[in-house]
Amino acid sequence: MSGIWAGMVEAFLLVWSLDADLIDITLRSLKVSLSALVIACAIALPLGTWLAIRRFRHRRFVIATLNALMGLPPVVVGLIVYLLLSRAGPFGVLDLLFTPTAMIIAQVIIITPLIASITHQAMRELWSEYHDLLISLNTTHGQRIATLIWDGRRTLMTAALAGFGRAIGEVGAIMIVGGNIDHVTRVLTTAIALETGKGDFALALGLGVVLIALSLCVNLTIHSLSRTEREGRW
Amino acid sequence: MIRAILFALICAGTAIQAETLRLAATTSFNNSGLSDALLPMIAQDIGLDVQLLVVGTGQALRLAQSGDVDAILVHSKEAELAFVEAGYASHRREIMYNDFVVIGPSDDPAQVMAATSAIEALLRIAAVQSTFVSRGDDSGTHRKELSLWAAAGTDRVEFTSWYREVGAGMGASLNSASAMKAYILADRASWLNFGNKGDLALLFSGDPVLFNQYAYLPVSEERHAHVKAQAARNLEQWLVSPRAKSIINGYEIGGEALFVFNARP
Amino acid sequence: MSRDPFVQLQGVVVKRRAKAVLGPMDLELSGGGFTIVLGPNGAGKTTLLKVLHGVERVTSGSVTWSVSDKTAQQGQAYVFQSPVMLRRSVRANLAYPLQLLGLSKAEIAERVAHWGARIGLSAVLDFPAPHLSGGEQQKLALARALIRRPDTLFLDEPCANLDGRSTREIEDILCEATQAGARIIMTTHDLGQARRLADRVLFLNKGQVEEQARADTFFTAPKSSGATAFLNGDIIE
Repeated sequence: MSGIWAGMVEAFLLVWSLDADLIDITLRSLKVSLSALVIACAIALPLGTWLAIRRFRHRRFVIATLNALMGLPPVVVGLIVYLLLSRAGPFGVLDLLFTPTAMIIAQVIIITPLIASITHQAMRELWSEYHDLLISLNTTHGQRIATLIWDGRRTLMTAALAGFGRAIGEVGAIMIVGGNIDHVTRVLTTAIALETGKGDFALALGLGVVLIALSLCVNLTIHSLSRTEREGRW
Repeated sequence: MIRAILFALICAGTAIQAETLRLAATTSFNNSGLSDALLPMIAQDIGLDVQLLVVGTGQALRLAQSGDVDAILVHSKEAELAFVEAGYASHRREIMYNDFVVIGPSDDPAQVMAATSAIEALLRIAAVQSTFVSRGDDSGTHRKELSLWAAAGTDRVEFTSWYREVGAGMGASLNSASAMKAYILADRASWLNFGNKGDLALLFSGDPVLFNQYAYLPVSEERHAHVKAQAARNLEQWLVSPRAKSIINGYEIGGEALFVFNARP
Repeated sequence: MSRDPFVQLQGVVVKRRAKAVLGPMDLELSGGGFTIVLGPNGAGKTTLLKVLHGVERVTSGSVTWSVSDKTAQQGQAYVFQSPVMLRRSVRANLAYPLQLLGLSKAEIAERVAHWGARIGLSAVLDFPAPHLSGGEQQKLALARALIRRPDTLFLDEPCANLDGRSTREIEDILCEATQAGARIIMTTHDLGQARRLADRVLFLNKGQVEEQARADTFFTAPKSSGATAFLNGDIIE
């Protein structure tokens, strides 16, 4: 217990002193994970909705694959992205390895299936409700997707937050493709891994507390902005 | 004298640009804290922003082979020679050495403290079958450990559950040893800088066979045209300069020097 | 009022699980005003409506409108037996079909205000539609259909669960719509309502049109035995 207490004290000291390194890695954590979230949502929300409304031959197979991809180990994704972005690999000329961009790419791959899967589940329900009306009104596929996404936005927000949680806490993939380079690709999770490896548990825990607090703040902000708990609304 | 002039010229020439260079170095180099002492000086002196990737020796060699970094700093002579032989690096430049030490529980059940050589220390551990943590990650430290076991005439295949391969970096392995109250081979620098010693203590050191040579290998320009060869040369020049010598020899933890500069001009 | 048919069904069969629920059927519909579809439960009334509207696929046969398919689709509106409410405000529900058509914001606001008042929901325009009562939802669904100014309006049991007052309100709106030029095809179980509104009657039984006649003729002198029994209030098997 004393170890955990030491960690909380360390966290307080770091934040109180506005430690420059802490601010640097915290902002980078946010930048990487939020960018990944925005890109992943741009792909996953329409994709999940489209899967809910469209009937085609291999639909069940695609949905099963999507659900399976949720269980993809992040470190494996990191390894594959590394091999793709390496100079010895097909996209080496882009010189993306060991940059925050590479980390964003890896995280997008990791969280898109998760968001798409939850989206699909939610949109399936909403589609069965709206199905008759939207067909009767001669809506195009694009209009249907837009309507479902807008009306189902509360559930989709939950999906997005689930994706964000997965991204901000991820360490395996971004360690490999980012390299944990100080001031360049070091983020909260990789810094925690580094400090743990050095045996500096107090600092590692301190960073962990900061990470949890950060995640809480993001969640609370989004919930309050969308006023999910207001009475009398859906 | 000439070296000093050359060094000054390089400083002057590169001071203007803030160029970046990717260097893969081993976990022991970073865990010792030496990298934190050197990197700011490098930036100041030759305007080179060294982006340090801290990985195991095996991964460092792999990154260099692929051309994903511009140079590496590792400590595994055999692997380095093979690397140069294969043409992935033009040469290897010895910079400094530190030593490995045998760490273990303070009550020393295998009586390692009484050993007269490193090999004897390891044999004592094997005889009593005290828990031993191995890096198991193909790093320089790991290879050194394996070479010692081989020199001792043991066959690792016969090791039972007392021999635990954790497949991790130096710090993480020390954590495991601390938790298991086990013996472990570590580099002195990482040990001194380690924050979770628990019941562990330094039990054996000093055998010359435990000396650990660090070398700098710039990635071959011929293999990978895109590497920052000039910057890598500048860094090499700096690392063998009197300036680097004074910093490296002067680096201490708790009053103890960790590294010995032994670069030749 | 044109005597030419506005829609023709030829050889239409609708099968569900290999069983024919509608057809084989040849049918022509013409004229404006109210065409009421009557028949016992399971006769295929809802299916016929959906086939005419194009939201139910025919197993064989064809449905041909006198105008092009696209014009026909745009000119039709359908109110389902259980109204589908979008999870939005009343105002947004009314505006939705107009937004799909790409009308200007000013035009949309005007029509929404007009219809909101017409169905007596002006006070609750910003209320969430799913929270309305059954009657209010039915009126909203109707207004949402009429707001597009359709040529043809399909209604499936529009007053099924409503009280007398709401039924009257809805019938008034429907009459206004026909006076404005819309033709209405609706099903109902309420024979009184059918007598009040119908210009023409289609009597369906076991997936076939047993009788197609003008309203006055049908109610005073039905020709088929099924229709006679139905009007008598007997159970038809």
